[in-house]
Amino acid sequence: MMSKINHSTTERVGVYVCHCGSNIAGVIDVEAVAQWAAEHLKDRGVVIARDYKFMCSSLGQELIEKDIQELGLTRVVVAACSPHLHEATFRVACQRAGLNPYLCELVSIREQASWVHTDKHAATEKAKAIVSGGVERVLHHTPLDPLHVPIHPATLVVGGGIAGIQAALEIADAGFPVYLVEREPSIGGHMAQFDKTFPTLDCAACILTPRMVSIGSHPNVTLMTWSEVTNVAGYVGNFTVTVKKKARYINTDLCTGCGICQEKCPKKVIDDTFEAGLGYRKAVYTPFPQAVPKYPVIDHVNCTYFQKGTCRACEKLCPTDAIDFNQEDEIVTLQVGNIVLATGYDLFDARRVAQYGYARLANVFTSIEFERLSNAAGPTNGNIVLRDGVTVPKTVGIIHCTGSRDRNFNNYCSAICCMQSLKFAHLVKERTGATVYNFYIDIRTTAKAYDEFYQRVLEEGAIFVRGRVAEVTDASRMPNEEGKLIIQVEDTLAGLQRRIPVDMVILSVGLEPRRDSHEVAKLFGISCSSDGWIIEKHPKLDPVATMTEGVFVAGCAQGPKDIPNSVAQGAAAAARVLGRIQQKEIALEPVRASVDESKCSGCRICNGLCPFNAIIFHEDRMVTEVNPALCQGCGTCVAACPAGAISGTVFSNEQIFAQMEGLLLHNIEHPPLTEGVLA
Amino acid sequence: MTTKLLFYPGCSLQRTARPYLDSLVAISPLIGIELEEIQDWNCCGATEYIAIHHLASHALVGRNLALAAQQSNGTHTVMAACSACYLNLAKTDSYMQVNAQLNRQVNDALQAGGLHYQPGTVRIRHLLDIIVNDIGIEEIRTQVVRPLKGLRIAPYYGCMIARPDRDNRWDNVEHPLALDKLMKAIGAEVIDFPLKTHCCGGHMTQINMPTAYELIRRLVYGAAQYHADLMVTLCPMCQLNLDAYQSEMNRHFHTSYHMPILYFTQLLGLAFGLEPEVLGLGKEFVNASQALSRIGIEVPATELELEMVENKPARKKKEKAGLPMPQMRHSEEEDE
Amino acid sequence: MDDQSLRVQNASPSTSVSPPGSFLQEVIEATPGDSRLGMCIQCGTCGGSCPSAADMNHTPRQIFAMIRADLREEVLRSNTPWYCVSCYFCTVRCPQEVHITDVMYTLKSMAIREKRYDDSTAPDFSQTFIGYIESYGRSYELGLATRHNLRHRPLQLPSMVPLGLGMLARRRMDFAPQRIEKIEQLQAILARAIELEVGV
Ligand SMILES: Cc1cc2nc3c(=O)[nH]c(=O)nc-3n(C[C@H](O)[C@H](O)[C@H](O)COP(=O)(O)OP(=O)(O)OC[C@H]3O[C@@H](n4cnc5c(N)ncnc54)[C@H](O)[C@@H]3O)c2cc1C
Ligand code: SF4
Ligand code: SF4
Ligand code: SF4
Ligand code: SF4
Repeated sequence: MMSKINHSTTERVGVYVCHCGSNIAGVIDVEAVAQWAAEHLKDRGVVIARDYKFMCSSLGQELIEKDIQELGLTRVVVAACSPHLHEATFRVACQRAGLNPYLCELVSIREQASWVHTDKHAATEKAKAIVSGGVERVLHHTPLDPLHVPIHPATLVVGGGIAGIQAALEIADAGFPVYLVEREPSIGGHMAQFDKTFPTLDCAACILTPRMVSIGSHPNVTLMTWSEVTNVAGYVGNFTVTVKKKARYINTDLCTGCGICQEKCPKKVIDDTFEAGLGYRKAVYTPFPQAVPKYPVIDHVNCTYFQKGTCRACEKLCPTDAIDFNQEDEIVTLQVGNIVLATGYDLFDARRVAQYGYARLANVFTSIEFERLSNAAGPTNGNIVLRDGVTVPKTVGIIHCTGSRDRNFNNYCSAICCMQSLKFAHLVKERTGATVYNFYIDIRTTAKAYDEFYQRVLEEGAIFVRGRVAEVTDASRMPNEEGKLIIQVEDTLAGLQRRIPVDMVILSVGLEPRRDSHEVAKLFGISCSSDGWIIEKHPKLDPVATMTEGVFVAGCAQGPKDIPNSVAQGAAAAARVLGRIQQKEIALEPVRASVDESKCSGCRICNGLCPFNAIIFHEDRMVTEVNPALCQGCGTCVAACPAGAISGTVFSNEQIFAQMEGLLLHNIEHPPLTEGVLA
Repeated sequence: MTTKLLFYPGCSLQRTARPYLDSLVAISPLIGIELEEIQDWNCCGATEYIAIHHLASHALVGRNLALAAQQSNGTHTVMAACSACYLNLAKTDSYMQVNAQLNRQVNDALQAGGLHYQPGTVRIRHLLDIIVNDIGIEEIRTQVVRPLKGLRIAPYYGCMIARPDRDNRWDNVEHPLALDKLMKAIGAEVIDFPLKTHCCGGHMTQINMPTAYELIRRLVYGAAQYHADLMVTLCPMCQLNLDAYQSEMNRHFHTSYHMPILYFTQLLGLAFGLEPEVLGLGKEFVNASQALSRIGIEVPATELELEMVENKPARKKKEKAGLPMPQMRHSEEEDE
Repeated sequence: MDDQSLRVQNASPSTSVSPPGSFLQEVIEATPGDSRLGMCIQCGTCGGSCPSAADMNHTPRQIFAMIRADLREEVLRSNTPWYCVSCYFCTVRCPQEVHITDVMYTLKSMAIREKRYDDSTAPDFSQTFIGYIESYGRSYELGLATRHNLRHRPLQLPSMVPLGLGMLARRRMDFAPQRIEKIEQLQAILARAIELEVGV
């Protein structure tokens, strides 16, 4: 057995064990834990140990405050839930009673004991060990003061879909400058591709374009399309952002958006982005007529002049001489105080579900292809026809959940596919009168007016078959199936396998994180779930903040959602940003890593590891430094340094080791624990 | 350069799938593989053993794995040409790797025979996998002296080689392309066969004929619709079901399909210039000589060709009985 | 389920009242590895994919619902597992990664152990096949086909016999079964395995 640490302490520690209703007390004998702490940790400075039903209630907090004042506590340990939830609560309580808030330690006996164990005795013993660890650690705490930094009033919004547009307009309308950076030639995002939007069937362009126009003309908005963020430095309140404005080859001061270049350009290419591969654009183009800004871009990969050195038709015909083949990418640096990420989603690649035949069977379409097909401004002028461009389908099958809710692809539900499929059923019925089948696992119409829409589509006579489609094939078994696509499915409610011949199949493909979401997350110092969606600070209570101060998220970048929710999040993120700007300065947690220069060997192992880019290397002195305003106190570098040169306030080596000793009960003479509890 | 492989022939290759074995043996030297049969191997259990005794089915396979591990002089690759054997061997090996209890019990049973097997010792692979992924399509192409130009082929993989694909050897479990590419490399015209991984009927031919006939019909009808001259397969069970039961199926449905089913090794052999006889051609029930003669390959008729008398009335019957049965689109004139 | 209730149930399957969900547990426990059967969401991908679905008493999905509903008797009597051709389509397509084909094997072995099937064609085929393996180490197709067909399809035999003869003529079947050298070794291994299996 290891030697016991036995230096005495002059600190006066109070221990508070929370019942959390029955969340903790249902499994752990909280009274026994408190009693045990009072008795066995007396030598370790514990002067009082109490248990209470809800420590976070005002009465619970008052208990601590009273003890601090009456018993002269110098340290406080609360054994309750995760520090994520209530660390701030108890720190503030201490502060109110005149104790430095950083002399309070919250240890979790809920997430780490009562919720994860069923053996009551063992869980109680574990809780004791956790409390003991907290007491040892708190003895090493030092009083700290929060850092104050000023907030720059400008905001960067990344992504000009509906979520980003909403966020940018809210902030700009409040009177603060916004930079909106969009990768494509125009803002609008996915919504610009749709014809109608569920559940009300508003025309997408009619409700979206006014907002786009506002962005284009707003005095507080600097719009940068055909641009991407390449670097982010700094920290909340003071980000320095580098943006690459890709060469447009159009002088936007001269261009009037007349469209003559597009009309005359001889080079036609398939438009994989806006037209989802179903239509064409030119080498010089605006993705759609209502594009904001109105200026086209020249796609140099496809432009004949860039590839072969001749053509320049656009240049010759442009009435204002706006074409400029000599333009180069431009790098712009922006100062902003806050960032909103609204980069949206990509679509699941339907080719991956080989049994549905997409890209092999001509008349299997994806949802986004169907949106273009049904769009009056789309490649067929809104005529719903087969891939031959003329034949109107008589029977259409819509397959829900393609690539979603499937452990072979994406586990999650894409949230919008049910409604989108119902919308398609309605549009097909309305425009072609075809027989429509919907194949579903569950119909999820949970938002306002959604189930009413389902009722409406039922009334219109769409047929619903409950069963996840097994395969789509052109291999007929019987002559009556010849020339058709056959959807093979178990009709689970009838309990039999069916083969339903149709002319057209629409796959409601799921939403996926942007393909580059991990890189983008790294660029902005935030994290993604393993799926790739940006992780919010708290899934319920802080859905638009991220773990990085000053970086917010809105719309589908955070997870699949419909337009109303994307807009709500855009507005919510704006409100959070505005709140920050109004504060003018922000207090930062003083939980930081710092390098002991005398120990640093200059190996640079830590340099690339910091997820917040807080580490700077001084070439001249060959030592590393941590920028305290950027450091979020994650501890990655502390653990990585082979020289042990980095330590973190609140998680210094002394504190961690002390906590471990405490957990192992090395601080107590005769540990009253049963064998194996700590194993 | 010759690759040495431990070879697990399996029961079928010795018997019903003799032509598969013969053609494999004939092409081996040309594609640079040397086969070493696992000594005293036993049956893999097909799809039957596991239905009755879980553990014993794995022990049955375990013996083969143990023997292979013992014998492995210089190679740890065990090659099976039968898809069912391949799946069974691979399945037991991988289940033993992930399931400690199963591993213990199988070894307990093997102990009774003085054997032991450490899962993962040998690597089980299918012949097609080795040809396509190790030897490589390019190498095959260089061996071709008689490209099978003009022969329209439906590549048929069947179930068990593609599914479940534990090691991700195939590009796609629903729509693999390995055999397609291989057949293209030897000059054949390959149709995009939508039923390529559908079921041949498996053991249904022993259990319920109507079910089996329907499964066979779907495939043959599908291939005929695409105007295939023949189907090529890589599994003895598929070949047996589609070939030996085709006339029965025709009789059952009053149809008259004539869709020869050959092993891919037979076609490789032909393209490499080998004689039809050494490749076991002519032993199939649905005769391939007509299809092959179209591209100038003559399969000498055996005297056995005479029988299958019972087939002929079936064909005639079709003309009289006008039951509404699936029609195949006749291909000859449309073929280029 | 705890071991105790399983034992009680096995002791007298027909009389004991088993706790709800116990058949599901029983099937899960009898399937090696993690079958994930409890994760089925009844989507029907299996039933839609199954080539034999039309001839099955119940689609695979229905069987799983019946297992959950503790319809032990009906499940073990169903022809469904016997019509499974092990094509693995369901298994690779199942969105919940339920090891469906493995579960089908489990159900077959349970039904055989308890002799609960109405049509014995398939079980008998498996038994005959196994019989050959146990005495010869290899399967013997001609014998198999004739013995099996004599028992189950006497009427179909006339058409099947030429098939068998055709096989012989093409030297694709042998008259005599082949026996492996160390058949005793194999028999010892199988005997021990069956002992272990029954002991579980
Ligand atoms: C077929 C289909 C039909 C739908 N129909 C409806 C409907 O009828 N009603 C409804 O409520 N919802 C519908 N939805 C859902 C709707 O599309 C989304 O809720 C909404 O578009 C989300 O908006 P967003 O701004 O979050 O993302 P997006 O629309 O994806 O916009 C993101 C923007 O960010 C840009 N961007 C991405 N990465 C970067 C980067 N690194 N740098 C700069 N810019 C970047 C993109 O170019 C894009 O402009 C449908 C979805 C689909 C697939
Ligand atoms: S120079 Fe390029 S963009 Fe201009 S017209 Fe020619 S191809 Fe089109
Ligand atoms: S890892 Fe440690 S020693 Fe190396 S550079 Fe970083 S701080 Fe210095
Ligand atoms: S496919 Fe899987 S989840 Fe769907 S019904 Fe079958 S077993 Fe259940
Ligand atoms: S493995 Fe069996 S149950 Fe599954 S689809 Fe194939 S035949 Fe049906």
